[in-house]
Amino acid sequence: MKVLVPIKRVIDANVKVRVKADESGVELTNVKMAMNPFCEIAVEEAVRLKEAGTASEVIVVSAGIAQSQETLRTGLAMGADRAILIQTDVPLEPLAVAKLLKAVADKEEPGLLLLGKQAIDGDNNQTAQMISALLGWSQATFASKVAIDGDKLNVTREVDGGLENINLNMPAVVSVDLRLNEPRYASLPNIMKAKKKPLESLTPEDLGVDVTPRVETVKVCEPPARKAGVKVASVAELVDKLKNEAKVI
Amino acid sequence: MSILVIAEHENAALKPAVLNAVTAAVELAGHAGGEIHLLVAGENAGAVASEAAQVAGVAKVLHAEGAEYAHGLAENVAPLIVKLAADYSHVLAAATTFGKNVLPRAAALLDVQQISDISAVESADTFVRPIYAGNAMATVRSTDSVKLITVRGTAFDAAAAEGGSAAVETVDATGDTGLSRFIGQELTKSERPELTTAGIVISGGRGMQSGDNFAMLEKVADKLGAAIGASRAAVDAGFVPNDYQVGQTGKVVAPDLYLAIGISGAIQHLAGMKDSKVIVAINKDEEAPIFQVADYGLVADLFQAVPELEAALDG
Repeated sequence: MKVLVPIKRVIDANVKVRVKADESGVELTNVKMAMNPFCEIAVEEAVRLKEAGTASEVIVVSAGIAQSQETLRTGLAMGADRAILIQTDVPLEPLAVAKLLKAVADKEEPGLLLLGKQAIDGDNNQTAQMISALLGWSQATFASKVAIDGDKLNVTREVDGGLENINLNMPAVVSVDLRLNEPRYASLPNIMKAKKKPLESLTPEDLGVDVTPRVETVKVCEPPARKAGVKVASVAELVDKLKNEAKVI
Repeated sequence: MSILVIAEHENAALKPAVLNAVTAAVELAGHAGGEIHLLVAGENAGAVASEAAQVAGVAKVLHAEGAEYAHGLAENVAPLIVKLAADYSHVLAAATTFGKNVLPRAAALLDVQQISDISAVESADTFVRPIYAGNAMATVRSTDSVKLITVRGTAFDAAAAEGGSAAVETVDATGDTGLSRFIGQELTKSERPELTTAGIVISGGRGMQSGDNFAMLEKVADKLGAAIGASRAAVDAGFVPNDYQVGQTGKVVAPDLYLAIGISGAIQHLAGMKDSKVIVAINKDEEAPIFQVADYGLVADLFQAVPELEAALDG
């Protein structure tokens, strides 16, 4: 069984994001980029399936600008077998990405798509659900446990009230949550080896997908700033302030 | 054209977040016009449909009955939304795990680019939403003919649960796709208020050191009538279950009072609580970033300060 793992290049999770002065977006120039943290968890899970002998091949795929190759190389260094880049300079929305991934899935015929539940830039939380819909496959979002059982998949999902267990037909699309696993760091030898692994480059046109944006960004602003607070010296002072100044208890 | 709100429930009662989504729909109707309809899809969910009919501002309840809707599986609910969407200008759901799971599936089937997690309505097609963990606010305009939107509950007041008198109309079920099956759930049981709607939240972080130490927070929570939350670090460490997590990819809360205990204040955590009215931080590290957003900061060992706080609340 092939496992397809879509991954995204985003601003590193530890970078403090700055809004551009002209309000056209956030500053991406000279900012450290990295693989979206949820995508790392998806790659890790796929590589573990390969190591367990369940998956025959792990393919990482990314859509975006040429530099997304770096993110794909990271995925290869973590243990993926090969990579596909769908290169475009058009800013991609989740629906467009889902259409591109459907086209790749139609070609590669994987048994499982594993992807992050959310990218930490757009915070959309849509792509997995959308590609599942377009393929007409089953879906399990926010997975904290994934177990293959013959031609079925048992998934534990993190939901608002706690955990939910569902059983899916395969092929399936699974979006992963934080507790699924702890992603490995790529070792130096594996980073070197990754440079020689195959990376195929495609365009949206190759796949016959129209990626024209549907949503126009009018502006991007700073959020309202919180006023600086005060330090209190003791619990007694804190309780007094909460009762008599803030009046919240 | 009217506005359809997808109701979340467990076949017995509406989830509170539905009421916040209704308020967003009322604001939208102010720009776009039209009625507000609530869709209740469930199994033996007649009581939910009756409850939905009482919600102020709702003109009609669409009730779809079927075993395939019993557990809100996206593969079964999305086709129903798709079937109904043609009659609506907007389809809304709360940005809960249910709404996040179901609505994008319907959006893709409708060839619509969904707008996630809106925090304000600017016009019939323009919305504000947080991006980058709330470190930027994007104003976006949808060009799709039908707009599918999830709503950030903390950004909209809850609509009144009573006072409406909507008609309940039965709609045909769309059948079981058979793609997935619900097996069971392990829900966290708590007598305390629900985290996302509580007036006071007390959250613990890595500084709590163990799950057992959360008992200290429970004592304070009981005195304040507060819900208990946690940072990702505390959940990852296994101190508390996943549904306690407050943050960018966990729950978003905006209570009147948020007490952050032993939480350093990573931007991912701040994303889930910085709209709280009053923030208190107790941390022994005076450099902790949480103090930059706290209205009241106390630099102290939480193992002394929290029991002291509990005692002080008696006075």
